[in-house]
Amino acid sequence: MRPFVYESASSAQQAATRGGTDSAFIAGGTTIIDLMKLEVMKPSRLVDLNPLQMRGIELGEDGLRIGALEKMSAVAVHPEVVANYPVISEALLKSASAQIRNMASIGGNLLQRTRCGYFRDVTTPCNKREPGSGCPAIDGENRMHAILGTSSSCVATHPSDLAVALVALDASMRLQNGADERLIKLDDFYLLPGDTPDHENQLRPGELITEVRVPRLPWARRSTYLKIRDRESYEFALTSAAVALDIDGDKIRDIRIAVGGVGTKPWNLPRVREALAGKPLKQETFAAAAKLAVDGANPLRHNGFKVDLVQRTIIRALMNLGDLA
Amino acid sequence: MEPPADSGPDREGGSSRRQFIRSLAAISAGLTVATPLGRAATVTEKSIPKSAPPNTGGVQGLAEINLKVNGNAERLVVDPRVTLLDALRDRLELTGTKKGCDRGACGACTVHLDGSRVLSCLTLAVMAQGKEITTIEGLAKGDELHPVQAAFIECDGFQCGYCTPGQIMSAVACISEGHAGSDLEIREFMSGNLCRCGAYPNIVNAIKIAAARMKGEVN
Repeated sequence: MRPFVYESASSAQQAATRGGTDSAFIAGGTTIIDLMKLEVMKPSRLVDLNPLQMRGIELGEDGLRIGALEKMSAVAVHPEVVANYPVISEALLKSASAQIRNMASIGGNLLQRTRCGYFRDVTTPCNKREPGSGCPAIDGENRMHAILGTSSSCVATHPSDLAVALVALDASMRLQNGADERLIKLDDFYLLPGDTPDHENQLRPGELITEVRVPRLPWARRSTYLKIRDRESYEFALTSAAVALDIDGDKIRDIRIAVGGVGTKPWNLPRVREALAGKPLKQETFAAAAKLAVDGANPLRHNGFKVDLVQRTIIRALMNLGDLA
Repeated sequence: MEPPADSGPDREGGSSRRQFIRSLAAISAGLTVATPLGRAATVTEKSIPKSAPPNTGGVQGLAEINLKVNGNAERLVVDPRVTLLDALRDRLELTGTKKGCDRGACGACTVHLDGSRVLSCLTLAVMAQGKEITTIEGLAKGDELHPVQAAFIECDGFQCGYCTPGQIMSAVACISEGHAGSDLEIREFMSGNLCRCGAYPNIVNAIKIAAARMKGEVN
């Protein structure tokens, strides 16, 4: 690990003044310490956010508010989250391991790097790590990589399960930069790699995520996160689906849906949503709509199976939620 | 050849091997500290000037930190890059906590911070200040093993034993979190602890038995 200056933040405003291209914020540390050991990230200043008051999990009139420093494990088992947004609880419990969930913050989870094995391996080129150096994944090992939102510069998958659930639920983040505050939709926050895969989101230097807001959606009580992986636990998604379903008799009144493991960002599916609203609750409807999820998919040599697998993941999640399984 | 009777692990042979490993660890961590990173380098209360600045500003070079480990207050001077794992093993000689992958993938380094299980390899020592740190050395009450330790021995919950301290620390938390209700639940909530010997069935049994005993259901 390269030497760095360590300091504790005393306020969000003060933290903003310490932020910059050469600085990094640390909360749980589960991503950044790993990447610093690998010398993938080499900040010369590490600003510890843990003294800040960005906590609390509350359900109000407007919906759910989660402080950015809350731990994944705390949010996963919070009674209001479990009861009202099971998709969030399930996405968190299917993430990482119990130890990592105890350490990692919600803000940090949403900011974990979009990454692949080549990004972590400093002996290989990587456009995300060293812009312009090339992408060995495109013609190399790419079984785990994305099929949607890819570019000729980067095909790495966004790894957060939580982000998939939050994008499906149309969540926003409150960002603070010194005295300035802004609210941004999570779906807009993440950027496609394009020619600049080193820019993964719209966060500005010094800016902090202070909280996550999930709109009130009473029928999200019927929601789930289905994650398909190579091993049962402690593994990234091959494919995943976050779905909330509003049922009116034998019809779908409304739906929220996003998929993970397939996109360079959490992949929202507004067209699948439109295709299913008002339609009969049955497998044939689900299968027809799921086809829209892979429109424009660009599979690589080893990950072509994801085109089919993600459709099956969507169908099964809907079957489970509709009590048809 | 039999080792001399007086060469226990804390005697010359063991400690010089440990010193050697320690210096290798220091080199691999890129540390430039010239002094050996052993107990001898631990700064005692007396040698700290009263005017030492509080640890709120930027720390470059060495940082003076206070850790509470298994109920003992420990004062150390460390490079901010030092992980809690390395501070425990190399500075405080609490080598029960194991270094497996050192990348947060295997769980061998699991310790408790304020009763919550975490990975000490991904925790900076400087950030563990103000928390109650519990390691495998802090579980037993004197000669009386923690019920989870006893159950691991009874059920043969290990083969080589390297992952065992991490497994046990994780298992204690798994039970206290209320996640030891079934084999399936235990397997899910213990998935952050890998065992390359494959002692999983016995580990699951040990946790089931310990959980039942801790609830007072069986003896």
